[in-house]
Amino acid sequence: MSTKLVPTPGQTVGPFYGYALPFEKDNELLAPGSPGSIRLQGTVYDGAGHTIPDAILEIWQPDAEGNIVQRTGSLVRDGYTFTGWGRGAVGNTGVFTFTTVNPGPTKPGAAPFISVALFARGLTNRLFTRIYLPEDTEALANDPLLSALDPERRKTLIARRDPDGGLTWDIRLQGGDETVFLDFQ
Amino acid sequence: MPEDITAELESEELVPPAEPKAAHQLDKAIESQADLSAEINAIGEAYQRALKDGAQAEIQPRLDYPPYRSSILRHPTKSLQHADPETIELYSPAFGHQDVHALESDLTIQHNGEPLGERIIVSGKVLDGDGRPVAGQLVEIWQANSSGRYIHKRDQHPAPIDPNFTGIGRCITGPDGSYRFTTIKPGAYPWKNHLNAWRPAHIHFSLFGTEFTQRIITQMYFPGDQLFPLDPIYQTIVDQDARDRLVATYDHSLTEPEWALGYNWDIVLTGPKRTWTENEAYGDAGDEE
Repeated sequence: MSTKLVPTPGQTVGPFYGYALPFEKDNELLAPGSPGSIRLQGTVYDGAGHTIPDAILEIWQPDAEGNIVQRTGSLVRDGYTFTGWGRGAVGNTGVFTFTTVNPGPTKPGAAPFISVALFARGLTNRLFTRIYLPEDTEALANDPLLSALDPERRKTLIARRDPDGGLTWDIRLQGGDETVFLDFQ
Repeated sequence: MPEDITAELESEELVPPAEPKAAHQLDKAIESQADLSAEINAIGEAYQRALKDGAQAEIQPRLDYPPYRSSILRHPTKSLQHADPETIELYSPAFGHQDVHALESDLTIQHNGEPLGERIIVSGKVLDGDGRPVAGQLVEIWQANSSGRYIHKRDQHPAPIDPNFTGIGRCITGPDGSYRFTTIKPGAYPWKNHLNAWRPAHIHFSLFGTEFTQRIITQMYFPGDQLFPLDPIYQTIVDQDARDRLVATYDHSLTEPEWALGYNWDIVLTGPKRTWTENEAYGDAGDEE
């Protein structure tokens, strides 16, 4: 089309986003306890294995049927509209929580996943990653991204199913089990 | 100082609220600006040599940038995995006027009185890598007040809180990708990366594109700031042209007589990656609401 422009660089979110980025029900893509809702939770760790108290995540996902939703209302939630996007800051113990649905496959046979953007003090630019559902092992085996990874690293992108039906997925910024982060450029 | 501000946990980025003498003693063992500047300059010189040897210019900050001490344990040590964005990643959440009130773009009218400091207008466009405007998308900003103090319980800089200034704003971009905020010029503020570390005045910007892979949080700076060469966060971007892209331009045509000084800053997002066919299939309905 037109000439390519050079992108503006990112910068760290810093330590003081806490009064600006969070908003009411930011991590509730559905009302907790509503039919089909699950808890997605995890902990963010640094390279020393310590939890990080100043990280903030965003998730962006299809609905339970695999539809990509293009509806407004994420910042002022009406309690009924699923917008597919949420934001959750970790607490003092590095734990984040979302109320959402299991994403559906966006095309037949595709492995369902949730897209994640991670921001933190000390992290100079945002990181992207994915949270895959653990169940459809055939779809996971055929997934283009997962099949390009070593089995050990692949694990970092697949959530664990909790006894209550929820998902647990941790983020490790460094180390042997460092989470796989993505470069789309 | 309010109690909820002093009773917070220890952090390397907290400024001790004690009087300057006590703070100075506490900081004796901490590295000096000269130590940090030597590290910053060594990295900069190595980058210049690499450029001369034919390396590609770096356009994003380095994730691994030791002079920004908090990054040492917080950067991935393995290379980022190249991935082709798929399905959901090729779309962006939709925001509209249900989400953001028009008055949220004026940070000077959130309380009963006028905030202290230099009133400014910050305006520009959000574009994608093809130069197309990013219309109907969310822009969020946050910043310190004119004294360099954030309304945040972890900010212990002993500078005054302004009861008439919170420092957060939002807007939805217009059809031409334009945004416009009225605010106060933020002050520089000290932090604990090293002894006598000061952040250049800046406004945090959070932006969405038409695809989630374009999501970015960054900082806008003001032209001519003498702290640029000393700041390990600004210097995480080792390329001067890339760093310059974060600096607004003073624009007298944006300045309003007897009211506010104007700064222009355009933001270019990465991509897009989505093909025209996919774009047409879904349309831009969500963006236009």
